[in-house]
Amino acid sequence: MTSDTINDQVLQRHGVTREEYDRIVGMLGREPNLTELGIFSVMWSEHCSYKSSRVHLKTLPTTGPRVLQGPGENAGAVDIGDGLAAVFKIESHNHPSFIEPYQGAATGVGGIIRDIFTMGARPIALLNSLRFGSLDDALVRRTMSGVVSGIGGYGNAIGIPTVGGEIGFDRSYAGNPLVNVFCLGIAKADEIIKGTASGVGNAVYYVGAKTGRDGIHGATMASAEFDDTLNEKRPAVQVGDPFMEKLLLEACLEVMKTDALIGIQDMGAAGLTCSTSEMGSRGGAGVEIDVAHVPQRETGMTPYEIMLSESQERMLLVVKRGREAEVERIFDKWDLHAVHIGEVTSDGKLRVKNHGQVVAEIPNHALTDEAPMYRRPMSTPAYLEKAQQLDLESLGAPPAPAQVFTRLLSSPGISSKRWVYRQYDHMVRTNTLLLPGMGAAVVRVKETPRALAMSVDCNGRFVYLDPFVGAQLAVAEASRNVACAGGLPIGATNCLNFGNPEKPEIMWQFGRAVEGMGAACRALDIPITGGNVSLYNETDGSGVLPTPVIGVVGLIEDATRVVGRAFRSEGDVVVLLGETRNELGGSEFLHVVYDQIRGVPPQLDLAREAALQQVLVEGAASGAIRSAHDCVEGGVAVTLAECCFDTEVGVDVDLAGVSDAPAGYRDTATLFAESASRVVVSVAGGQLAGLLALASAKGVPARQIGRVGGNRIQIAVDGKQVVNELVSDAERIWSTAIESWFEQRRAIA
Amino acid sequence: MKFAIVVFPGSNCDHDTYYVAKEVLGQDAELIWHKDTSLGGADAVILPGGFAHGDYLRTGAIARFSPIMQEVAKFAADGGPVLGICNGFQVLLEAGLLPGAMLRNRRLQFRCEFLNVRVEQTDTPFTRACRPGQTIKIPIAHGDGNYYAEPDVIERLERNRQVVFRYVSPSGDVAPESNPNGSVNHIAGLCNEARNVVGLMPHPERACELAVGSADGLVVFQSILKWGRESLLEGNLTTMTSGAQTVLNR
Repeated sequence: MTSDTINDQVLQRHGVTREEYDRIVGMLGREPNLTELGIFSVMWSEHCSYKSSRVHLKTLPTTGPRVLQGPGENAGAVDIGDGLAAVFKIESHNHPSFIEPYQGAATGVGGIIRDIFTMGARPIALLNSLRFGSLDDALVRRTMSGVVSGIGGYGNAIGIPTVGGEIGFDRSYAGNPLVNVFCLGIAKADEIIKGTASGVGNAVYYVGAKTGRDGIHGATMASAEFDDTLNEKRPAVQVGDPFMEKLLLEACLEVMKTDALIGIQDMGAAGLTCSTSEMGSRGGAGVEIDVAHVPQRETGMTPYEIMLSESQERMLLVVKRGREAEVERIFDKWDLHAVHIGEVTSDGKLRVKNHGQVVAEIPNHALTDEAPMYRRPMSTPAYLEKAQQLDLESLGAPPAPAQVFTRLLSSPGISSKRWVYRQYDHMVRTNTLLLPGMGAAVVRVKETPRALAMSVDCNGRFVYLDPFVGAQLAVAEASRNVACAGGLPIGATNCLNFGNPEKPEIMWQFGRAVEGMGAACRALDIPITGGNVSLYNETDGSGVLPTPVIGVVGLIEDATRVVGRAFRSEGDVVVLLGETRNELGGSEFLHVVYDQIRGVPPQLDLAREAALQQVLVEGAASGAIRSAHDCVEGGVAVTLAECCFDTEVGVDVDLAGVSDAPAGYRDTATLFAESASRVVVSVAGGQLAGLLALASAKGVPARQIGRVGGNRIQIAVDGKQVVNELVSDAERIWSTAIESWFEQRRAIA
Repeated sequence: MKFAIVVFPGSNCDHDTYYVAKEVLGQDAELIWHKDTSLGGADAVILPGGFAHGDYLRTGAIARFSPIMQEVAKFAADGGPVLGICNGFQVLLEAGLLPGAMLRNRRLQFRCEFLNVRVEQTDTPFTRACRPGQTIKIPIAHGDGNYYAEPDVIERLERNRQVVFRYVSPSGDVAPESNPNGSVNHIAGLCNEARNVVGLMPHPERACELAVGSADGLVVFQSILKWGRESLLEGNLTTMTSGAQTVLNR
């Protein structure tokens, strides 16, 4: 091994600091060569090492009686009964999706699917959480269009339904969209497969697509801000091939049915480097490979390029010695070629050879467990004090409630996402019990009487105004959505999207949000079994709204008792669970009418939230609750409207006015405040007393506000009617708002 | 009755179709790998939806070269009932078992949603349990479902009553807005001249239980069983489980 010239310029290009370099030299006891530096640089990148976030993530609750696999593997797993496990995780693909929206989003889907089937689970559901800039920006529309077709293009082809998700819009995401993809699969609880390499002499196999020069330093790219050199970064985005992944999925699941497999891991970020060193590290073993055996798509690739390539649809397997032929035969059936590229060794090192000659030799632990960990400085952001001030009276008299109502229904954040989800196959596998746009996503588990409810949520405005409370509200909303469908929340995964962690104000947002998320998960008894951190979401120095997305999974014991958000029949009684307060801080109302993100987010009482969710789960299980929909963006008025849209039945309610709102804002606050822990439910008349008794026993405020019926949405405050719209008119405004942005564009083009 | 469900490497509705045959209909069913050369003695063959070979070239273009397709063609030539759903329909077109071709959807977008389809003909094995003109709510999920054929072919298809399914409004009318993909004459499905080979873009197998939004698609499978029972009475079929009768009575 000859040492190449490694100077400051080389280090900078690799995103390695001088201190980190000195540490590398100390660990190796010598200077690294360029290949070794490349390997260290990707493994120690923020994306792979979580070096800024790990100290905080360690504080999250990750254990519980149902947890079969917590953080540290390719995905988390929880017990769902009958010997089955739900295996799930969420991951970001933000940076690539801005550079090349279609492929960036598509490969994001491909990556998370691999994480799930790698665990021995058959993926059965995809969700996504997306953030874009304002739709009046043509570049934003182009980005959104590309991301949506990329998600569809991959998921549709591989045959895993995209059953739900959420989309938010804010100018801060214009130059840095967020693309977070969640996938859930089902495995036999005692057959979960780990990403581990062990057993000296066992064979290391490479299978899947050939290795090319695409994606080299993708992980490093995802660990830096964007600037005007953006176009030069295009080669770092990979291209997806869902057909290849479909073959890998089926073939790997078939191989897993044999007991010839020791461990398996996909080659995602940092490709061959990450999979070899992580598998070795987990198994306490060494891994030796010869890159000359790695199938290559291009000629003249160096060991450096082969080790760092992030070409998609590739897997690394460790196979028991003597069982190789069996495994090769299965891959052959699927027209895939499994190539023997190395062996498990006893020395704990990653040893890379090229035609038999050693080109890199690094202890696995140096790349994984012993990667740098930083407790970066944090400081309260300067914007905070001013942003938290909200003086409603200084805004002047608000527009008439009826006018605000229709404006909110047509705001992209609230309006129907049909234009998006109808580009996704959301029905394949025939498990989809609630169609997208109807609340939580719900899929049945065919082998059992059960179903799983899933929801991904985060309101970045709340987190911006108070990261601690905002993150708690995200957990509360996602678990409340799951509970509305009748699901008992049993596990969660998070995707923490923030700006540059080297800025103390961003790090403060991150630290506070993780604290809030942990507190909420502990109070609601929801372990976090894994997730992903995406930092450096900044373009030209300006960061996105802090967006810690949480995905919650809930268990519905009886799949025939799933509750949707739509009102079911005329005459049903409408009940509002929870209390409305003068809480317009960070609301969609302020955003749409005044273009402001101000005030403090709604307060959250976690004990009451837990009690509310118990009422929802018990009310669904007993069959008392016929529909349930929580009140979030746009407040109770928007919630009531959305309950009317699917069945096109009207509602007539009278709400108690919020007492502490300033003069002139009473109706506005009553209708549009976003107070937490509130749900609109409907019950048959005969079930009302039972529901009220259940709510009272749990200490949840509940009030009968009206009835389902007619063809109008009629809302009164303290007896005075303030909204009166035909359901069909409101539905048209709500359902066509987003597609009209895209239709309009086509008309111009 | 025994169903053969052909599995191409990129099929992704194979399990769903198998589930309907096996669990909903209570019939015998077998997944047949595309490299196989026998249909395993099946009474009916279904080519399921998916992306047979990735379909980066043209949907179904490579699938017609799979070894099993020779057997499917023979089975069809002998009068056996063959149903192609979505990608299966595209494969039947490429294999020349049905006329015409698929173009990208008019709006160049993949589209997945429930819509309404009118049953135009009831004298095929897959529609004989339907009422003439019956409108069924079943989903589509495709990017290339814009059916096209030369005008003289369309004219012949219409004249021979080979258009089996058409996209319509909820009330059963051929309205412009009820055409989801730009198909000529709103064609959603058709049959061959012998009427034993049927292809359609919508997914009846996704609408066989109310729990998943609609059970209207079940009538397509009930039709196969009805065809099977008729054949049984004529002595052409040997195996039909008792479960079939239960389904017919639903």
